[in-house]
Amino acid sequence: MIDLLTIFVLAVFVGFEVVSKVSTILHTPLMSGANAIHGVILVGAILITGQADGGVALALGLLAVFLATVNVVGGFVVTDRMLEMFKGHKR
Amino acid sequence: MNWVQLAYLAAALCFILALKGLSTPKYARAGNLVGAAGMALAVVTAYTTIERNGLLVLVAVAAGTAVGIPAARQVKMTAIPQMVALFNGVGGAAAALVALAEFVAVGGAGVLFAVATVLTVLIGAVSFSGSVVTFLKLQEVMTTRPVLLPAGQVLGVGVAVVSALLALAVLVTGSGPLLVLLAVAGLALGVLFVLPVGGADVPIAISLLNAFTGLAVAASGYVLGNTLLIVAGTLVGASGTILTRLMAQAMGRSLPNILFGAFKATPPGAASGEQRTVRAGTVEDVAILLGYAHSVLVVPGYGLAVAQAQHAARELAQLLESRGITVDYGIHPVAGRMPGHMNVLLAEADVPYEHLKELDDVNPGIGSVDVVLVVGANDVVNPGARDEPSSPIYGMPIFDVDRAKAVVFMKRSMRPGFAGVDNSLLYHPKTTLLFGDAKDSLTKLLAAVKQV
Repeated sequence: MIDLLTIFVLAVFVGFEVVSKVSTILHTPLMSGANAIHGVILVGAILITGQADGGVALALGLLAVFLATVNVVGGFVVTDRMLEMFKGHKR
Repeated sequence: MNWVQLAYLAAALCFILALKGLSTPKYARAGNLVGAAGMALAVVTAYTTIERNGLLVLVAVAAGTAVGIPAARQVKMTAIPQMVALFNGVGGAAAALVALAEFVAVGGAGVLFAVATVLTVLIGAVSFSGSVVTFLKLQEVMTTRPVLLPAGQVLGVGVAVVSALLALAVLVTGSGPLLVLLAVAGLALGVLFVLPVGGADVPIAISLLNAFTGLAVAASGYVLGNTLLIVAGTLVGASGTILTRLMAQAMGRSLPNILFGAFKATPPGAASGEQRTVRAGTVEDVAILLGYAHSVLVVPGYGLAVAQAQHAARELAQLLESRGITVDYGIHPVAGRMPGHMNVLLAEADVPYEHLKELDDVNPGIGSVDVVLVVGANDVVNPGARDEPSSPIYGMPIFDVDRAKAVVFMKRSMRPGFAGVDNSLLYHPKTTLLFGDAKDSLTKLLAAVKQV
């Protein structure tokens, strides 16, 4: 359990550090990109569904897989579309 | 099974690189693709480890893809903020469902496990319902103004207390039905949390809810004992918190002010009792004004984007430039519906990047600008943000267009802007109003300038 806590604390610092100097121009794509990344819950949803013995747990798991997939693919695609528009306008 | 952990480590690295890339213009697109690759690796890895229901999982993934890709492809750039809100909401819901499903399957084993389950369900539910309300606000299905319920503050505190009690009860009893009740309380809390957030502050609420979903995902990582979920969720939670703060700063607002400010907001109607006059001009008046100017500043807002008037604006700018008039665009950091949104919209319309000027480049020399053309923007030029401490947007940096020699306002109506605040500049003697759809007005203006 201490291991997991260590990972958590380190990730907090990395998260703060990584985006601490982002320019306003990129606020919208960055928010959208971070949004896509938390879609990683899809991994959890798949694991839980893979253990489910039918019934409620299976139904909940499958719904979670569906929603998380929407989050992941939608998030990455929308971010890419946004960033594509910046192409050619940069120095 | 070490290769599974290695694959998760690689995915976590990809996510860190993705966030890093997204914060620098040069590497943003590559960063996003690296993130997507990491995600694909993680998902495929997870899939290879499951024992049963593989086919059903594939079907659910296919269904999610079939919904997500068209939605993301077809959404208009003007509607990006509400789309992001919606994607965030389904992510939060997924996190809550994962914790619920694990609880159903395994039951409450261990204190830390139970605490993480409770947190995931609560935060996930708040994020889901809160995101749905922000979506409804941005889509203008409901009012963008702060919604103040009678005794809303008491109600909010009440639901929060009930949620905390339910959370404790679940920890003690390990009861499934109570966990479901907690989810319901979380949904109510999310709604109550976002309702009082008004207009221009809604994107900041989305960013905060985004960070919440990240934390819910991290907590679900504890529930499942999965390091990748902990790392990725925490990354989003932390970076989302920073981003929320940066956005709030760009608008000159403090976070508590945004979240709780509406509770004590006074109706900004003090001046609206008196009847003030405005000066509406014709297209020809404005064409003459422009034709004899030396320098013009275009301040675009959401109205320009909605009317798809970017191309008309660019043509007008080119015509003026061909006559030796300098034309620049003043881009406010929060123009549009979200910080940085206008840059995305104008980039879409091929407006030359070097003509886009920021606040600090424009304001020092604004006194010598002959005509400022405000196209569908309102809040970002409202002198009230600078001069009236009682204004809800007081403190937000603005373009000081009231210091330019003349101002032309293109608006559809006298309706206040997104923040719902009246703009004293509309009544200023040097302001000319040009009513109508932005695209329509700009096209007519283009023709009229040719005649001058």
